[in-house]
Amino acid sequence: MSYKKISVQNRFFTAYFMGLLLSQWISGCKPHALSLSQGNVREPSAQNQATIRVGEVSSMTGSEATFGISTHRGIELAFEEINQSGGVLGKKLQLMTLDDQSKPEEAATAATKLISENQIVALLGEVASSRSIAMAPIAQNSKTPMISPSSTNPRVTEMGNYIFRVCFIDPFQGEVMAKFALNDLKVKKVAVLRDVDSDYSTGLADYFTTAFKKGGGSVVIDESYTSSDMDFKSQLTAIRAKKPEAILVPGYYTSVGLIARQARELGLQIPLLGGDGWDSPKLVEIGGKALENSYFSSHYSTENTSPKIQTFVSKFRQHYQANPDGMAAMGYDAAMILADSMKRSKTLSKQDLREAIATTQNFPAVTGNITLNEKRNAVKPAVVLKIVDGAFHYQTTIQP
Amino acid sequence: MIELVQHLINGLSMGSIYALIALGYTLVFGILQLINFAHGDIYMVGAFAGFYAIRFFGFAEHPSWLALGVTLLFAMLGSGCLGWCIERLAYRPLRRSPRINALITAVGVSLLLEFSGQLIFGADPKFFPQILIFDGGWSFGELKLNPLQILIFLISIALMLALDWLIFRTRMGRAMRATSFNPECAALMGIPTDQVISLTFVLGSALAGAAGVLVGLAYPKIDPLMGVLPGLKAFVAAVLGGIGNVRGAVAGAMILGLSEEFLVGYGAPTFRDALAFGLLIIILLFKPTGLFGIKRAEKV
Repeated sequence: MSYKKISVQNRFFTAYFMGLLLSQWISGCKPHALSLSQGNVREPSAQNQATIRVGEVSSMTGSEATFGISTHRGIELAFEEINQSGGVLGKKLQLMTLDDQSKPEEAATAATKLISENQIVALLGEVASSRSIAMAPIAQNSKTPMISPSSTNPRVTEMGNYIFRVCFIDPFQGEVMAKFALNDLKVKKVAVLRDVDSDYSTGLADYFTTAFKKGGGSVVIDESYTSSDMDFKSQLTAIRAKKPEAILVPGYYTSVGLIARQARELGLQIPLLGGDGWDSPKLVEIGGKALENSYFSSHYSTENTSPKIQTFVSKFRQHYQANPDGMAAMGYDAAMILADSMKRSKTLSKQDLREAIATTQNFPAVTGNITLNEKRNAVKPAVVLKIVDGAFHYQTTIQP
Repeated sequence: MIELVQHLINGLSMGSIYALIALGYTLVFGILQLINFAHGDIYMVGAFAGFYAIRFFGFAEHPSWLALGVTLLFAMLGSGCLGWCIERLAYRPLRRSPRINALITAVGVSLLLEFSGQLIFGADPKFFPQILIFDGGWSFGELKLNPLQILIFLISIALMLALDWLIFRTRMGRAMRATSFNPECAALMGIPTDQVISLTFVLGSALAGAAGVLVGLAYPKIDPLMGVLPGLKAFVAAVLGGIGNVRGAVAGAMILGLSEEFLVGYGAPTFRDALAFGLLIIILLFKPTGLFGIKRAEKV
């Protein structure tokens, strides 16, 4: 008999890799819903149901949870109002919500489930562009109208003629911040720090860069991070060496809070600029004083005195004891436009509903009058908010 | 030049955070020869235990050294208890079964903690209150130093020395080494191996809990999945230094922290995680025992 000598370590590393493989396998194996082919989708017999079912895919948990929860509350509020005033075509609206844990693959699974099992008439969601892009082909293939409340990346509605959105798009949002930086802040040298995990962030960074250069400014350094990072000091140290006058951080609020803190720790006192991904109360909770005098573009401001906005704000406060952020307003608007389209639609078949949504003209929404253009995007102004004493203050409105 | 020194400081501070987590990893491996994949998640639970302690005592309004001490104590208690339970319920019943069983169980415990964490604490990130505030930090011209970075660095070195002392200079340490060398033989010599193993586990977990609070202070955003990546990185650091070796773990963590910092600062920020796991592959290919590891032969 021969005796084998194996080093203990070797065995452990084999075991480690098996473990790693296994864990990958487990996480890759979540119930990926049945693939949808045209044939086996049952056409929803909306006419025969007692209620009109609308699906919602939202990030109720995970890294952008406040976005999902805010949007959900906005939609819920809208549905309640619609149902209290008699519903649509004599029927009540029923909202079916699935959580996607802030992950694109889960968003796709949830959309599939809602469409194939729950027979929804239309789909509302998602906030984040990456997740809307994951859901869109599924809605398109099953010919279910989908309205994204606040995904701003242009690619979302390019996925097909059933995909709509009620917010502006990033080429415009990038231009807004570029104009604001050049004309209001009067800065010429800007650094960019983008989240490469997110379609939204990279898109916004690109559009800003183009618009900013066109206006005569220069982007002195373009750094990146991934959404799981918690240390940004290396990027910020590199940025500091280039002496910019402002930093564009077109990310989501969770990372932005940490970035702001670390920027101040490194002695960078220049303003940070961002987009609607900042619009969450968590932003200042995490970032604290570090975010003072920073600016971001968003969909609306609660400080706007227009009666439409003030009624919405007071109703929302009454309901949830919280201030509605931009995402809540967009969720509310998306639901209202959907209900309005249902009323204008000949029948509740998905095709007719699509036609009705596509012809939305000058709808008086909370965040401004919404007209959907031929690319199924909303054309409307953006506001720039300034962070002072931990609150978001209205700065200016920029028209498209 | 200033940029270079700043990168050096940042890298060391990142390294000391990896070191804090890697110490617990390496301690448990050194004694049990079990890679405790749940370690990163125990670190997460520690951070949350600290978070709730702060809330309970209302430390957020009154930052002080005492607040830090009490929070650390509670976090270490919480994660230590959790470590004891995990060892008692998940690993001890498997002690005589093949090692692969324990390893897979560790992966299971890790997933269990992550997702029950999402249920109990909620999945959205929480702000970790600043219970120790240094005014403005120190600056030497352009160079900025956060006293917290120095504190974390000193704590990780101090803990390394304390563990070294515990393992090589005390009776308890001798019992640990004996158990690690040959549990059956140690038991025959009258060493209560079960207790020794339990204690090792509690100690490793308490270290993770302390790390959770300190990291929460430095990067004040905690969520139930925060332990996954730092856990894996700390594992890489421990392997780099020679897993089971306390000083090696700290050295490995510093090397990892510095190389990540320079990679991100001078070129490829998106390769930060790839670097850590690339290093793991290289070290396993060319020096599987790590930089400071000793090769041990197993007789079959």
